Amino acid sequence: MSRSSHVSAVLAQGGEIPAPHIEYGQIGPLLLVLGVAVAGVLVEAFAGRTWRYYLQVPVAFLGLAGALVWTILLGWRDDPHHVAAEGALGVDGPTLFLQGTILVLALVCLLLIAERGDGRGAFAAQASALPGSEAEQRTAAAGITQTEVFPLMMFAVGGMLMFPASNDLLTMFVALEVMSLPLYLLCGLARRRRLLSQEAAVKYFLLGAFSSAFFLYGTALLYGYAGSVKLADIATQISKDAGSETLLLAGVALLSAGLLFKLGAVPFHMWKPDVYQGAPTPITALMASCTLVAAFGAILRVYYVAFETLKWDWEPILWGVSILTMVIGAIIAITQTDLKRMLAYSSIAHAGFLLTGVVATNQNGLSGTLFYLAAYGFTTIGAFAVITMVRDAGGEAAHLSRWAGLGKRSPVVAGVFAFFLLAFAGIPLTSGFTGKFAVFKAAVEAHATPLVVVGVVSSAVAAFFYVRVIVVMFFSEPEADGPTVVAGPATAAAVALGLTATVVLGVLPQPLLDLAGHATTHMFVR
Amino acid sequence: MSDFPWLSVLIALPLVGAVLVSVLPRERETLVKQVALGVSVLVGVLTLIMAARFDAGGARFQFDEKYWWIKEFGVHWALGVDGVALVLIVLSVILVPLVIVASWNEDDRSGGVDVPAKRSVKTYMALLLALEAAMIGVFAATDVFLFYVFFEAMLIPVYFIIGYYGGAQRSYAAVKFLLYSLFGGLLMLVAVIWLFPLSNRPAGEGGLGHGTFMFDELTKMNIEPTTAKWLFLGFFVAFAIKAPMVPVHTWLPDAAQQSPAGALVLIVGVLDKVGTYGMMRFCLELFPGAAKWATPVVLGFAVLSIIYGAVLAIGQVDLKRLIAYTSVSHFGFIVLGIFAMTSQGQSGAALYMVNHGFSTGALFLIVGFMIVRRRSARIGDYGGVQKVAPVLAGTFLVAGLSGLSLPGLSPFVSEFLVLVGTFSRYRWAAVLAVSGVVLAAIYILWMYQRTMGGPKVEAVEGMHDLSAREKWAVAPIIAIIVAMGFFPQPVLHVINPSVKETLARVDRHDPAPKITGNVAENGARP
Repeated sequence: MSRSSHVSAVLAQGGEIPAPHIEYGQIGPLLLVLGVAVAGVLVEAFAGRTWRYYLQVPVAFLGLAGALVWTILLGWRDDPHHVAAEGALGVDGPTLFLQGTILVLALVCLLLIAERGDGRGAFAAQASALPGSEAEQRTAAAGITQTEVFPLMMFAVGGMLMFPASNDLLTMFVALEVMSLPLYLLCGLARRRRLLSQEAAVKYFLLGAFSSAFFLYGTALLYGYAGSVKLADIATQISKDAGSETLLLAGVALLSAGLLFKLGAVPFHMWKPDVYQGAPTPITALMASCTLVAAFGAILRVYYVAFETLKWDWEPILWGVSILTMVIGAIIAITQTDLKRMLAYSSIAHAGFLLTGVVATNQNGLSGTLFYLAAYGFTTIGAFAVITMVRDAGGEAAHLSRWAGLGKRSPVVAGVFAFFLLAFAGIPLTSGFTGKFAVFKAAVEAHATPLVVVGVVSSAVAAFFYVRVIVVMFFSEPEADGPTVVAGPATAAAVALGLTATVVLGVLPQPLLDLAGHATTHMFVR
Repeated sequence: MSDFPWLSVLIALPLVGAVLVSVLPRERETLVKQVALGVSVLVGVLTLIMAARFDAGGARFQFDEKYWWIKEFGVHWALGVDGVALVLIVLSVILVPLVIVASWNEDDRSGGVDVPAKRSVKTYMALLLALEAAMIGVFAATDVFLFYVFFEAMLIPVYFIIGYYGGAQRSYAAVKFLLYSLFGGLLMLVAVIWLFPLSNRPAGEGGLGHGTFMFDELTKMNIEPTTAKWLFLGFFVAFAIKAPMVPVHTWLPDAAQQSPAGALVLIVGVLDKVGTYGMMRFCLELFPGAAKWATPVVLGFAVLSIIYGAVLAIGQVDLKRLIAYTSVSHFGFIVLGIFAMTSQGQSGAALYMVNHGFSTGALFLIVGFMIVRRRSARIGDYGGVQKVAPVLAGTFLVAGLSGLSLPGLSPFVSEFLVLVGTFSRYRWAAVLAVSGVVLAAIYILWMYQRTMGGPKVEAVEGMHDLSAREKWAVAPIIAIIVAMGFFPQPVLHVINPSVKETLARVDRHDPAPKITGNVAENGARP
């Protein structure tokens, strides 16, 4: 009785609860992508099975493209540097750059996900059917391919757009979950080797849940310290040097653990090889490019906005993490015989290179990291796209030994893959070199030269396993029953886009460097 | 005509040729070879025209071009040649067409005994032309970043040439070559990156006020001695691996044994010169103080290379490995001459680079002809060749004698200059180095005696003498060796001004001749 009277009393006062002011125009891209995701769910519910694919693909494509155009307009029309949605989201140069990057990369990934070249694609006919069961055989025989992958992907991309834009820790947590939950599901949807795929999904989910818990615990401790979850408030509180330092440091540590998990930085990297290997390759490409961009965006915002004044405390830790990530990623990759696992470790090593840009904490570090993320995203999608093209009877031939002599059987495909590998290795005239140069230059400017030395030494180690793949492809004799190369039009387009970006950003990187430099002139909004 | 972009054209032309060759139909092998030869001859002729217009008494860097490339990093597309760079470019463009002529017929199976089945001719030609472009670029770059780009870009064609067209252990040799070079290159990359913040400091603090990689601006910087020493080491290690000096020389014998003879001419004759050229240009001029600091150690390693390389050469049973070790010894002489820091020593070293390119080039070409005939590079498989193939044996002898610096052949002049130049400042080093000359007589003459002299081995029976095409490939080199043995002055005339610049930069002057001991006794000599 008392409760309802309380509620009615509040309602009676009417204007006491101000309606939140939402700048719909400013956060349009995010809303559009999430709206398209919801529309995708509706298509799943109401459209006939045969129609779904033909509806989902254009809807997803138009949603992403529209969001991209909107983002470009936002950045182009004025120089945004403010918060939106009651301070929950930041709209500023770096965020728009990151969101634009995520959208472009997601569009390329969409090409891979939408590929139905051999009529079936990379995804399970019916995810709920047990592997090897009669139900699975029935659905496979019926030629059914479910299309829930499209709305799931759109939700994940929506979360990714929100993650680097989040200006308070709770919003960031919500974004983290919106991004991660669909990804957990997507990982388990591989059409072939389904047990491996489901194992990957469970592993990713369990470890991801742990890391989310870490993140949330860190948020709680920081709230205890600063009395607010807003990044700017935390920064103010730190600069006042008031409150319990124990809470602060424990909070920063736990929060960092949660964020570093998403990048796959050592020692939080254990999930990456298993998940990258087990997940359907188009989803691996999505995770290796877009998720990495989003996670780096978030970590950049947290460190540059909330903890900037705490630099002396977190910098040594991040040095250590960065060194470990580069070295361990590069060394363990040498022993890998599965290409997807190898690229997973390579992605760990690259996360380490990117962290050197984060450690630099200057404008060049930020712009260098942004450039590197865009460059690496394109190359990595291209590389995974090539992996989907090389097929055995049992699906993708991801084992290194199966690629022997591919250079003779399909010189173009092998040559393109070799080029991507050289870009990963950071050979000049590829985007990989420009990106590395940008972050290493920033690190040297920030007097982190030892970090750069470790970086180049691990690049040399990493070069070994990239080169080894080239050796297998070009210098070994082909097997009699080697894999065949199946190039669907959409996959071929994705490879071509990846290749073009890798070449252009290597030879003429100036426009994108300018854009990254321009986007970061005012750094992040507080 | 003075504004004609000579060097850009010279770099672009082989690249265009490489693309052209690779789009020609695979079956038209003769056409492929004709186009490749035509392009390389055209490049050679253009270079000679350019060289004729070079004014030895004029500005240091001539035919210079300078455009922005990556403004963000302060990088220019800046080209220009001084005397040393010019003669090395001339060396490269003369060798390339001769290599193409020499590897015309045998599908270049001179890599070894058990070279795999026929390989694509057009890929080989395209790689050679791409390599030529990179070689011209690396000597012509006057921007340190651009130099680095060409330095690394050179590796890729060579890697594929060794790995694709080499002998039985080709992939091992190719990977070893690439990893050694890449490792050195990456150390250099740290130093290159470091130059940017250094030059970006205000002028008052020793910087230039703007970040740049232009060589002539960088030489005006003041770098703290400690920093300079680290930077020197970064550059020097890369160049020492390239050159190659003991103890980082071990990639060369393997690469030499496995590589096709034609490409080997370019690898040892030109590519490795980038190492010694880089020492002279970058190590000395950018970090003069550090160079002087390191001189005793460098001279020690140079003498070690001379003697150790020569001793190992004597013990070799494989012709190509033997010549590779003699080159290690010769590179010791070149480094000795550079770091003696006298005008005679450095002029000698620069001249030595050219002479060694021709004399080793001739040796490798002839060894390649022998391998094509006998299908073996083992010295023990030959004997008495001069009885069946007198012209082959004769040219081999002349090339060999030039390798041991017989007076009247060009290497004598340079070796003499190096030794005299070294003696006037570092007497002990010159005395030890002279033993290399004695050892050279042993390895060359003994090699000649075992392969060409003695009783005829059965397997050599019926060995053809040099064909007209092979004569055309070798004769120009022999002619140059003899001509430059008698008239080194035109080349020295071009080299000397740049050497003077280098010495002025390191602030070293030739020691005044000292008269020690009994003056009367000295005076009594004629």
